[in-house]
Amino acid sequence: MDRRQFLFTLAATVPALTFGGKVFAAPATSPRFLLVFLRGGYDANNLLVPYASDFYYESRPNIAVARPDPQDEGSARALDANWAMAPAVLKSMGPLWDRKQLAFIPFAGTDDLSRSHFETQDNIESGEAGDARRYASGFMGRLSGVLRGVPPIAFTDALPLSFRGAGDVPNVSLKGNGNATFDDRQSKILAGMYQGTPLQAQAADGLQLRQDVANDLKTEMTAASRGAVNARGFAQQGERMATLMRDRFRLGFVDVGGWDTHVNQGGAQGQLANNLDNLSQGLAAFADGLGEKEWNDTVVVVVSEFGRTFRENGNKGTDHGHGTTYWVLGGKIAGGRIAGQQVAINAGSLLQNRDYPVLNNYRDVLGGLMRRMYGLSDKDLGAVFPGAKPTDLRLV
Amino acid sequence: MFEFNPNRHDFSDQVLLGHTIKGGGFDEVEKAVDLIVSQPACATFVSTGLAKYFVSDDPPPALVAAMAKTFRRTDGDIAQVMKTMLTSKYFSASLGQRYKDPTQFLVSAMRLAYDGKPVENPRPLVNWIQQLGQAPFGRITPDGWPTASSEWTSSGQLAKRFEIARSIGSGANHLFDLNEDGSQHRGGFPQLTTPVYYATIDPFLGQKTRDALSQATSQQEWNTYLLSSPEFNYR
Repeated sequence: MDRRQFLFTLAATVPALTFGGKVFAAPATSPRFLLVFLRGGYDANNLLVPYASDFYYESRPNIAVARPDPQDEGSARALDANWAMAPAVLKSMGPLWDRKQLAFIPFAGTDDLSRSHFETQDNIESGEAGDARRYASGFMGRLSGVLRGVPPIAFTDALPLSFRGAGDVPNVSLKGNGNATFDDRQSKILAGMYQGTPLQAQAADGLQLRQDVANDLKTEMTAASRGAVNARGFAQQGERMATLMRDRFRLGFVDVGGWDTHVNQGGAQGQLANNLDNLSQGLAAFADGLGEKEWNDTVVVVVSEFGRTFRENGNKGTDHGHGTTYWVLGGKIAGGRIAGQQVAINAGSLLQNRDYPVLNNYRDVLGGLMRRMYGLSDKDLGAVFPGAKPTDLRLV
Repeated sequence: MFEFNPNRHDFSDQVLLGHTIKGGGFDEVEKAVDLIVSQPACATFVSTGLAKYFVSDDPPPALVAAMAKTFRRTDGDIAQVMKTMLTSKYFSASLGQRYKDPTQFLVSAMRLAYDGKPVENPRPLVNWIQQLGQAPFGRITPDGWPTASSEWTSSGQLAKRFEIARSIGSGANHLFDLNEDGSQHRGGFPQLTTPVYYATIDPFLGQKTRDALSQATSQQEWNTYLLSSPEFNYR
C-alpha cells in the first residue's frame, strides 16, 4: 500500500467526531486554517531581506544576510527587485514559492506600541480593537463560533488565549513521543467515574483524543517509515498536525518559541537561521503530510507579536520592534509575491527611527483573508474582529 | 508582597477619588488604602471575589450582602468577613460542588500521598503545574487566574490531570531522587489509605468511583483512580 492509498484508507475509517457532546458533521468542503504563532517576536528582516536597501547593510554590519549571489550558498535568494528570502528557509520554502503557494506580507502587525511581548501577544490573540484589553475570548475562538462544521484544535499544552471563549476546544501538545498514558481498559474505567456528572463528556473526550492521537501517530509512522526521515522538532509536529487536520480538525493553532534574539542572533547561519530552518521544515512537512488535495483547501498564516529593531544592537542581536512580516501558505493561494502595502526602506521610513512601521494591520489582513475563505458576512466578521476594516489582499 | 521604593516615588500631591493626598512618602500609600477601603463598592468587590473563590462562580447576592456588611462594620477585617462566609448556609451547601483548580489539585494530591515527607527534587512539581496551565505568577494576561470552575474543566485539562494523578499515584516520578539526573532514584508508590483518607474521603465516594477502584489491578492503579475521581477533584 503506498502512502496516498493509505491516507485514503485512513480517511474512510475515521469515525464521526464528537466533542463536548456536539457531533460535528463530516467537514466536507470548508477550508482548513492553521495559525502559527512565533512567540518572542522574530526578526523578519533576516527572513525577508530588503536586499536592495543599502541602509539594511549599513544597519547590520555583523548580522546582515548577503545580497543574492549565485556563487554564494550563504546569500539570500531574490524574490523580486527589493526582497529576498533567507538561505536558511530556501530548501523547504523555495519550492513552495516557485509553486506560488507562499506569500509574504511585510509591514504587518498591530497598533500596539508597547513593544512588550506579553501585551502585544495578548492584543493579537484577543483580536480586539486598540487597547480594549478584553481577554474573555480570542479571535480564533470567535471564528470557531461563527463557523459550522469546522472543528477546532489547539496543538498546545494549555488552551491559548486565541481560542478562549469557544467552549470546550480540545488541546493536545504534539511534542514528545505521542504515546498514550492509559490503555483502553484504564481509559474506560477513568471515564466511567465521570458518567452522570457534568464533566462526563469532557473526561471521555479528553481520554479519547489522546488515544486517537497515539493510534493515528503509530499507524502513520509505521506507514511512513519506508524511506521517511525521522523528523525532529517542529518538522515532527508539522507531520502530526497534518495527520490530525487532514480529517478530524479544520481550525488549528500552534505556537513556536525561541525568537527573542537579543544576543548573537547570527546571519545566514546561527541561532535565528536554525529556528527559521526548523520552522520552515515543519511548514513543509505539514503541507506534505496533508497531501495535494487537502493542501489545496488549506491556508496557513504565520504571525509574531512584533518585528525587531532594524539596526543590530551592541550584542550582535536585535531588540523589540514593531512591524513584522507575516507568511501566508496554501496549495491554492495566489502566492509567489510580496503582498500588502509597502514603503521604501531607509532611515526616514523607520518608525521612531527604530523599526518597521505597520502598514498592514493584522485584524484587517486576517479579516479579509477569512472573508474570502469562509464567505463571512459583515456581521460575522464584526464578531471575530470588532471594528476592523477587512482588506482583501487577494491571496485566497 | 509590597515594597516601597522612595527612589521611584513621586513626592508631589496626588488627587485620588476626589481627595487630595499630601506628598509624604509611604504614608501616602496608607492613606490611599484607607480611602479605597472606605468606598462602599470596595466591601462588595472584595466580598464578591472571596465568595467566587470559595462558594460559587455566581455567588448568592444575600451571601455577598452579608459579607459586605461585615466588611463595612469591621472596617475591612478579612478574618471577620471570612467567618461570615464560612458559617453561612450557602457555604455548607457549596461543599463538593467546586472543581479544584490545578494548584488545589496538586497540593491536595501531594498532601494525601506524601504529607510530612520532604520532597528532594521539586522539578516534577514545577513541570506538572506548568502542564496544567497554572504556573505561579504565570498568568499571561493581567487579569489574574480565573476562579470559575469552567476555566479548568476542558477535555485537555482533565486528561492531563489524570496523567499527573498517575505520576503521583504510581510513584513513577522523581520527587525523591537525590539528584536531578535521576541516577539515584528513590521512592515507590505512596499509600493513600491513611487515617485522613478514611475520615474525609472514603465515606463520600460514590458507587461509580467504588466500581472503578475495585477494578484496579494494582495499588498504583488504585491510587491513580482515586486521585482522578470526581470526589477528589471537587472540593
